[in-house]
Amino acid sequence: MALLEAKHVTKQFGGLTAVNDVSLTIEAGSIVSVIGPNGAGKTTFFNVLTGIYKPTKGTIIFDGKDITGLRPDQITALGICRTFQNIRLFNAMTVLENVLVGMHTRLHAGLWQIILGTSAVRAEERAALERARELLRFVNLDHQRNQLARNLPYGDQRRLEIARALASSPKLILLDEPTAGMNPQETAEATDLIRRLRDELGITVVLIEHDMRVVMTISERITVLDYGTKIAEGLPEEIRSNPRVIEAYLGKGAAAHGVER
Amino acid sequence: MAADNRQVDQPPSFWALLRTTAGRGPAPYVLILAYAAIVSALLLFNPTTGLGTDMVVVLFLLLMFVIYRAPTMLAFKLTLGTILLAVVMPVFGVLNPFYIDVVTKAGMFAALALGLNVVVGFAGLLDLGYVAFFAVGAYLWGIFSTPQISNIVPGMEPLHGSWFWLFLAIGLAVGAFFGVLLGLPVLRLRGDYLAIVTLGLGEVIRVLATNLDRPINITNGAQGIKDIGRPPLFVEPVFQALGINISRVQEYQLYFYFLVLLVLALTVFVVHRLNNSRIGRAWTAIREDETAAIAMGIPLVRMKLLAFAVGASFAGTMGVIFSALQTFINPPTFDLLRSIGILSMVILGGMGSIPGTMLGAVIVTLLDLQLLPRIASELAALQRRGVPIPSWFDPAQYQRLLFGLLLIIMMIFRPEGLLPEDRRRQELHHDEPEPAPEPKTAAQVSESAQSAEG
Repeated sequence: MALLEAKHVTKQFGGLTAVNDVSLTIEAGSIVSVIGPNGAGKTTFFNVLTGIYKPTKGTIIFDGKDITGLRPDQITALGICRTFQNIRLFNAMTVLENVLVGMHTRLHAGLWQIILGTSAVRAEERAALERARELLRFVNLDHQRNQLARNLPYGDQRRLEIARALASSPKLILLDEPTAGMNPQETAEATDLIRRLRDELGITVVLIEHDMRVVMTISERITVLDYGTKIAEGLPEEIRSNPRVIEAYLGKGAAAHGVER
Repeated sequence: MAADNRQVDQPPSFWALLRTTAGRGPAPYVLILAYAAIVSALLLFNPTTGLGTDMVVVLFLLLMFVIYRAPTMLAFKLTLGTILLAVVMPVFGVLNPFYIDVVTKAGMFAALALGLNVVVGFAGLLDLGYVAFFAVGAYLWGIFSTPQISNIVPGMEPLHGSWFWLFLAIGLAVGAFFGVLLGLPVLRLRGDYLAIVTLGLGEVIRVLATNLDRPINITNGAQGIKDIGRPPLFVEPVFQALGINISRVQEYQLYFYFLVLLVLALTVFVVHRLNNSRIGRAWTAIREDETAAIAMGIPLVRMKLLAFAVGASFAGTMGVIFSALQTFINPPTFDLLRSIGILSMVILGGMGSIPGTMLGAVIVTLLDLQLLPRIASELAALQRRGVPIPSWFDPAQYQRLLFGLLLIIMMIFRPEGLLPEDRRRQELHHDEPEPAPEPKTAAQVSESAQSAEG
């Protein structure tokens, strides 16, 4: 079953077409990668999917609903969440609070209930704390929960971003370069964690990634963008041997085989 | 907002040091009781007006913050705080009617600063026109309780003072309404742009207050509104029964003192509740990173408007109280400098921090109304007595300079404010002992590394 269907999505900024007529179907329960050279429009595509940008043309169907043009918070509430290429945590908040912010769409306490401190609000807060710590244990950060987010080491910040995204109970999680800047061991752990998102939590994963080893290891399907256009789509082996992809991306030299960013 | 670079590797604070030396066992109780006893005795047995008493009043108000931070039982804090604020201060106020006005003003500004703190400190929306909402509340009661109202609603008599109570609530609602109204045009703006637009909107309200005397005389223009109604006193019989004989002026002083104290307490309560809720977290998230907050599902428009509305509502209510307290308002009361003054309270005390904001408000108000004028007049007295202070030096002219210097020194040496925001340590009540982070076994690591190779 298709969880997400992007149909002929185009995004233009003035005269620049950042995403050009991209169609993409993501099956529920799969791990899919979107790759492409720098400036290929991958992150813009993510921003369109999450509602930060409205597509110039095209429609996006998520879980049977047309989400084109909805506000980001509405899309998050429906079950799409994301992480950022350059980590964007709430730095002056604690690790636990970061996760609690991610839970915003799942909590329902209103202004007056909060001021009156009704038992419903207190029960909800207790449950939220419980759930937040569960998620922190999932990414192995519970012992850091009272640290300020800015004080965490880099790898922990990446995992906290994932935990924060998980807090919104997404069906689909979009990871923007989750292993960027990591050493091989951290990369291995991150890869492991991404797999667990799907295997243990049943969340569909879409990732933008430059590390070809990661991409080839965990993706079930790969979509390649170049200059905003989809130039290839298929299984990892097919992509590896696709001449257009090699030309556009891997053909840039041996460097593309390693870490490129 | 430039709210970064705080709390990173701070050296142990004064409070931390105090806590390790005087924070064990019965020591804090003894120390605080001694402090409270000395200050109370000084106030009650020597209620003269002078620089000495000024300092004791400052010490008295600082005591409130010491009690707040002290490592003692909550019941002890509440009891002592209540005795000091509800008994010692009012009695001192009866003995020396001069100071209780200043303390009431300090409380009023503390509530205003708390409201601004919601907008600036929590949500990170720099608002330079905050005093507009204060003005709206003040003019609301000013118009309805004076003959001004008959210019708007022909034939309507000024409302009786007992309507004041209802107008506290109406002021809240009207403040919130104006908060949303002025919030709407600035929703898309951030940082500097937001500050400039709010500054403009604040000025618009002041200019409207000045010019809305034609074609219909609503605000009575630059002359302002005088003889604003006051709520009827209902405590008179109690005083008479107790055999206390004080003038009406003093009764009103006590009345407004307690009213401000009550509203301030309610404000603290509401702000604290909101700050520790999903709404407060959403505000902080917006302050920290707007884009990330949106992506995490926070409805930006609703949360920003809510921050403006909540902040403005407190100002609206305080405006109603202010106009009844002063019985006279005019446009210059609500100028840009007043907005800046309230903002400086928030920044001086510690943006985002509830006790910090209140401390900032108390300090700025006391410096402004009490200490600096007093120092100036003492210096002038010395001058007259022949102490060699050059004659061109007029101390009264230099008090703003001193205030400015203080602000500059504070911002250089303690930019995070006097009592910075404590990052909340949110713990479950039944917290288990800290488990050590599970180190991954070597086997697991090599396994995942292998699968990554594959």
